[in-house]
Amino acid sequence: MNIKVSETATEQLVIAPELKLKKQPSILRIKNLNVFAGNHHILKNINLEIPKNRITVLLGPSGCGKTTLLKSMNKLTDLYKELKVSGQIYIEKDDILNTNKNIPNIRQKMGLLSQKPYPLPVSIYKNVAYGIKLKGVRDKKLIDYNVEKKLKEVGLWDEVKDRLHLSPESLSIGQQQRLCLARGLAVKPHFILADEPTSALDPVSSKIIENLFRELKKHYTIILVTHVLRQAQRLADNVVFMNYGEIIEQGNPEKVFKYPRSSQMKEYMVEGN
Amino acid sequence: MILKRVVFDWLSRTWMITALAIILSLPLTIGIALYFKANPLFEMQSLARLISSSDWSPSEGDFGFLPFIFSSLYVTLLSFLFAAPVCLFAAIYLTQFASKRLIQVMHPVIDILAGIPSVIYGMWGILIIVPFVGDVLAPVLNIKSPGYSILAGGIVLALMCIPYMLNMLIETFNTVPIGLKEAALSLGATRWESVKHVIIRKSYPGIISSYGLGIAKAFGETLAVMMVVGNMVQLTFNPFEAGYPLPALIANNYGEMLSIPRYDSALMFAALILLIVILIINLIFRYFIYQTQKQ
Ligand SMILES: Nc1ncnc2c1ncn2[C@@H]1O[C@H](COP(=O)(O)OP(=O)(O)O)[C@@H](O)[C@H]1O
Ligand SMILES: [Mg+2]
Repeated sequence: MNIKVSETATEQLVIAPELKLKKQPSILRIKNLNVFAGNHHILKNINLEIPKNRITVLLGPSGCGKTTLLKSMNKLTDLYKELKVSGQIYIEKDDILNTNKNIPNIRQKMGLLSQKPYPLPVSIYKNVAYGIKLKGVRDKKLIDYNVEKKLKEVGLWDEVKDRLHLSPESLSIGQQQRLCLARGLAVKPHFILADEPTSALDPVSSKIIENLFRELKKHYTIILVTHVLRQAQRLADNVVFMNYGEIIEQGNPEKVFKYPRSSQMKEYMVEGN
Repeated sequence: MILKRVVFDWLSRTWMITALAIILSLPLTIGIALYFKANPLFEMQSLARLISSSDWSPSEGDFGFLPFIFSSLYVTLLSFLFAAPVCLFAAIYLTQFASKRLIQVMHPVIDILAGIPSVIYGMWGILIIVPFVGDVLAPVLNIKSPGYSILAGGIVLALMCIPYMLNMLIETFNTVPIGLKEAALSLGATRWESVKHVIIRKSYPGIISSYGLGIAKAFGETLAVMMVVGNMVQLTFNPFEAGYPLPALIANNYGEMLSIPRYDSALMFAALILLIVILIINLIFRYFIYQTQKQ
């Protein structure tokens, strides 16, 4: 009980003074991560620490390995038999790359938001309820309550409450993306892995997602992949710049964006602006 | 210059419309031609009697098509029951779980199987399936069977349909975006759950149309079935007995149809039934697809 109180207390501290970011303990640590596809060295000895309740932005030109890095974090790389992954990824205490723990449970800690919304081929309601049911919850009232709560969290409830049992195909792309976010949040992840979540969206919907992320970082640790420099500048608490499968620079955005050390980062910033 | 382009545009457009019209009218013209050819039969017996009677003695003017219709449906149904689950699970395995290596090996194998002429399937049926049914399966079950039977026809037909349906199902499953599977997995689904809840569900229309096309093809398949099914006019539910499907009736008697009065009309009518049943099968499956897409 005591612990719980102090936890929320630190969270509160973080929320209030947005600017004065206290250094948070890192809860995701990547050590010597290498990913190969045949001879292609996709990720080269990645070492990375992700701070809790922050938005860590993975920035870099397309093809540099951002998606692969993100997918390593929830073991979706397993789906691609051609990929050879080595190293360690510690989530909280477990090294997920070398564990015999149940993989679906690990993945439920890592909510995924992909580049394009992929609503499941079931109703809007069932999309959000899906993960909850996978957790073994059977109580209809409890599921109803959570579906509503999560749809409210992403500001979608008023737009869909009259058509919960229709297919999500009738929603706009922006709404579908928020539905996918709600569905991911419903399984109570600790992290949100977002892979260019606004690249398929119109500016207004993008703005909504960005604002949601600002809210959500109070409760979740967010890893946001983007190749949009301005988005990174708007949202990042921590920046990781990658190129050709390597981390070139990382750290506080104030420093990294204002005083880039590497020529690659400088070049990228010139082109991006 | 402009004139030339306008003319070409006009020509290409009319050409396309004509081609389309020919394709669209083809089933209709075939149907109409068969109807008129079969017409003398209708003057003699009512349609209801033709398809519900099982008296078949052409020389006495008795044309009851029920045994043939029944045999056709029975053989097709059996082949579907054998082939459908096999194809579904094989397609799921190949698209969702198998290594790239296995898929690379299987693709040409399936194509070769699909390309084997039906007479070879028939020969193979006579050599393997007929003795298997007559000398192994029937004695084990304590049933008498000539081997040449509806069951043998169903098995051979299933084998012929498997590569055909399998190819279509693989195509279907491959069109499901991998992102959808990743979404289910990242929500905590196991691989099998992601297949069951997402891949199969998303593929419903494709699965149904693959099955529909497979059944339609099975219903019309002639040669291989004819070689193993026994070709005896009888009405029986026992799959170990011989049957006589419609296509076999037409193919077996086409040469001598002019020797007996109205026999030619009867065979044309058999062809018409075949055409209509295939149309009905298609319509039913279209309806299913429409229903699943509506949801
Ligand atoms: N399954 C795979 N097999 C082979 N190569 C891959 C695979 N996945 C990614 N790659 C390669 O790895 C590189 C990085 O890809 P990706 O992580 O998608 O980059 P980004 O998300 O930064 O655009 C690309 O060159 C891509 O072609
Ligand atoms: Mg990417």
